[in-house]
Amino acid sequence: MAALSEELAAVVGPRWIRHRQAELAVFRADGLPTHEVTPGLAVLPGTREQVIEIVRLLYRHRTPFVARGAGTGLSGGALAESDAVLIVLTRLNRILRLDPAARRAVVEPGVVNARLTEAAAPFGLHYAPDPSSQSACTIGGNVAENAGGPHCLKYGVTTNHVVALEVVLPDGTVTRLGSPQGEPWGPDLVALFVGSEGMFGIATEVTVRLVPVPREIRTFLAAFSTIRAASEAVSGIIAAGVVPAALEMMDGPCVRAVEASIYAAGYPTDAAAVLLVELDGRPESVDEEERVVTGVLARCGASEVRTATTATDRARLWQGRKKAFGAMGRVTRDLIVQDAVVPRSTLPEVLDAIARIAAQEQVTVVNVFHAGDGNLHPNICYDRRDAALVARVQRASRAIMETCVAAGGTITGEHGVGSDKIDFMPLIFDPATLSAMCDVRRVFDPEGRANPGKVIPLRSCREWRAGGIA
Amino acid sequence: MSDHIAARLRESLGAVALTQSPGGRPRVAPDTIENAAGVLALASAEGWSVQLEGQGSWGLPSATADLVVTTTGLDTIPKIAAADLVATVQAGVSLAELNRKLHDAGIWLPWDPPGGPDRTIGGIIAAGTAGPLRLGFGPIRDSLVGCTIVTGDGRILRPGGIVVKNVAGYDLTRFQAGGFGAFGLIAELHLRLRANPGADRTHLAHGDRDILTRAGRGLIDGGLEPASLELLSPALGAHADWTLAVRLIGPDAAIGAQAAALHGLTTLSWMELTREQASAFWHQAARGALGGPVTLRLGTLLDGIDATIDLLEERLDSGLISAGAGTGSLRWTGSASAETLIQLRRITAEREIPLTVERAPGDVLAAVGHFGAYREGVGRLVAGLRGAFDPQGILQVPTDAEPHDA
Repeated sequence: MAALSEELAAVVGPRWIRHRQAELAVFRADGLPTHEVTPGLAVLPGTREQVIEIVRLLYRHRTPFVARGAGTGLSGGALAESDAVLIVLTRLNRILRLDPAARRAVVEPGVVNARLTEAAAPFGLHYAPDPSSQSACTIGGNVAENAGGPHCLKYGVTTNHVVALEVVLPDGTVTRLGSPQGEPWGPDLVALFVGSEGMFGIATEVTVRLVPVPREIRTFLAAFSTIRAASEAVSGIIAAGVVPAALEMMDGPCVRAVEASIYAAGYPTDAAAVLLVELDGRPESVDEEERVVTGVLARCGASEVRTATTATDRARLWQGRKKAFGAMGRVTRDLIVQDAVVPRSTLPEVLDAIARIAAQEQVTVVNVFHAGDGNLHPNICYDRRDAALVARVQRASRAIMETCVAAGGTITGEHGVGSDKIDFMPLIFDPATLSAMCDVRRVFDPEGRANPGKVIPLRSCREWRAGGIA
Repeated sequence: MSDHIAARLRESLGAVALTQSPGGRPRVAPDTIENAAGVLALASAEGWSVQLEGQGSWGLPSATADLVVTTTGLDTIPKIAAADLVATVQAGVSLAELNRKLHDAGIWLPWDPPGGPDRTIGGIIAAGTAGPLRLGFGPIRDSLVGCTIVTGDGRILRPGGIVVKNVAGYDLTRFQAGGFGAFGLIAELHLRLRANPGADRTHLAHGDRDILTRAGRGLIDGGLEPASLELLSPALGAHADWTLAVRLIGPDAAIGAQAAALHGLTTLSWMELTREQASAFWHQAARGALGGPVTLRLGTLLDGIDATIDLLEERLDSGLISAGAGTGSLRWTGSASAETLIQLRRITAEREIPLTVERAPGDVLAAVGHFGAYREGVGRLVAGLRGAFDPQGILQVPTDAEPHDA
């Protein structure tokens, strides 16, 4: 690594190389306390040309690498082993072009998600995907993970908003995928690249759609005495033909954690569940949707419904939801933010099952999630210093994933597989499908040097090859 | 050769639905996914070239494949989960048939691709071909949450899932949209659906093209949220002038308010169609794309719509043109030689506008390819991906231009 470090320093300048353990400590995790690993070396390029040069240099040395944005991914996806170079892209933070007439922005991968929306705001536009980490996470990271967020229910996830990419492949080839309008240029390689978790190459330039800021936004908070009633309200709203901008649920323990914290939003602490429903659009459309939604909430037994129409009131209602993870920090030393998806209609049964698993393993599970699309975040509170507890947490995690899969769901809705979920992949994909994913990866990265060891269990590739079928 | 293929298919797979295609080639219609896998595995082992087909009502047949494999036997709808707004559908089901079944469950698949209503779900996805509803509901790929693919060598792959949000593994599902079947036979889909709307209203205005384009832009900037906002050429809109058609879909009162806003946001004279008239109008607009042997699809930014239509009129003709005034997706149908298309593509490429040949006679398509020449570095990826999904290279899909055009 020492020789390589010098060559990399020649590209970016010595001050943008990190090789001492103390310097590398900040890159050891990505928000997931169960996975920590220190990279051999970290390099922080400042321009796309430097990124390309670095990738070409690493190709010549046949050295593995991991691209990393802000490191908020929560799946152990942006971690590099000691034999790999971490390419940190946060300095590539320029918005290269913002075209309000065409409603497009071209950005470098290190641009922070919320900053793009701020830059678009004066034109009445915003970038719709809004992960909870949006004040820190980067567009490049969002592309790698196909990130979601509360407002993806109506507006779609990252893949629905990325129209074109400039990427550098692991062998240093630079290519452009997609088109400014969004029509694919040939087969839809943008669809394939988004969500590939940094294993196909590095996006050096991202072209995204911007959408108008809605004229009217109204947020409702509804309290329920049972989780089942809240879940039925979720299904009822969707079945009525309304697609809310966001439809979020928090269970009682989550509400109480929020209310006990500095983020207290005035949520009713005696509720078993609260729903946050946000409607947006033209005022007359929102009026009509409000009529439908409040009708469903009342029919499903909401004990209390609050409405927020001003930006301040809405921010207050959202504060508890957006800061829920922070609030939980007060009640637990460590927290695993889980991520799974189930068919919306199975929410009551699955939430009951998660409660049973928590009781059986004697762990505390707090639920705060995107109910509208069935995207659960069962968060497990624990203390990593307690080995017996850690073992129970791991068993509970697996049992929760198995429950979600058995209900027809999947193991991740927006955080990605990374290294955290890799062992769960065979729960949802058969060997043929997993090995086809290996084949596709090999097209982009024949040597397997880009983010090695993530997403697809290696044995899936090996077993397939050993069978001699391909 | 044909007799030999038929005999080998029967010998290996037993009773298979075997007919002759119009070109005299054997055509097999597997009725299960496993059966389809058996056919393609055998074709790969024998080295037969294969053309994939749906109903055969949209694409034009190629004369060179040894065997035609049609999905019409894959015609079941294994699951409709209305509460979850998803359904599992086999590829050979027609869009019209699917929406008839879904309607009774209170849901629908908001697609209106060019061509007739008998187009199959698999064929629509393979061509990635959306119609005017793309504005409100996104491109075809946005409705796909999972699928079953049979590779050229007969492997059965099941990427994605049945839930609407899913980032587990690489996205091999959405990748299939617009791949023209070059990456395997699309056998079954998990589709994301919508609740039946309370109201579905269509308004038309007529006039000069540039006035309508500006009006369309005014509606978008004015915050109208139409499901479709489509500009149709005189021939396609069956009117002396160009037509701007607005389709509003959603809860009753909300749509009423939006329809009223239509008058305030433009100075055009709007005419509302009855339900029957609207259905006939959109149906006719879709069928219009069959009015010539070549159909092209282009994607331009909103401020480039007029210039792109000018280009089509100048290089081709002003016959059957449809343009999404809110999306920049353009479609042209007519007659064009391979040479004309190659020249046109050079110009659109300079403007960063991709030009996809959706359908064309076999010889034209072979010369120009669905996609033409790729940008630097992409050709190698496409070739590699075709190899991954079709190792023996039996699937006859002219994705690329012939080498001399590249």
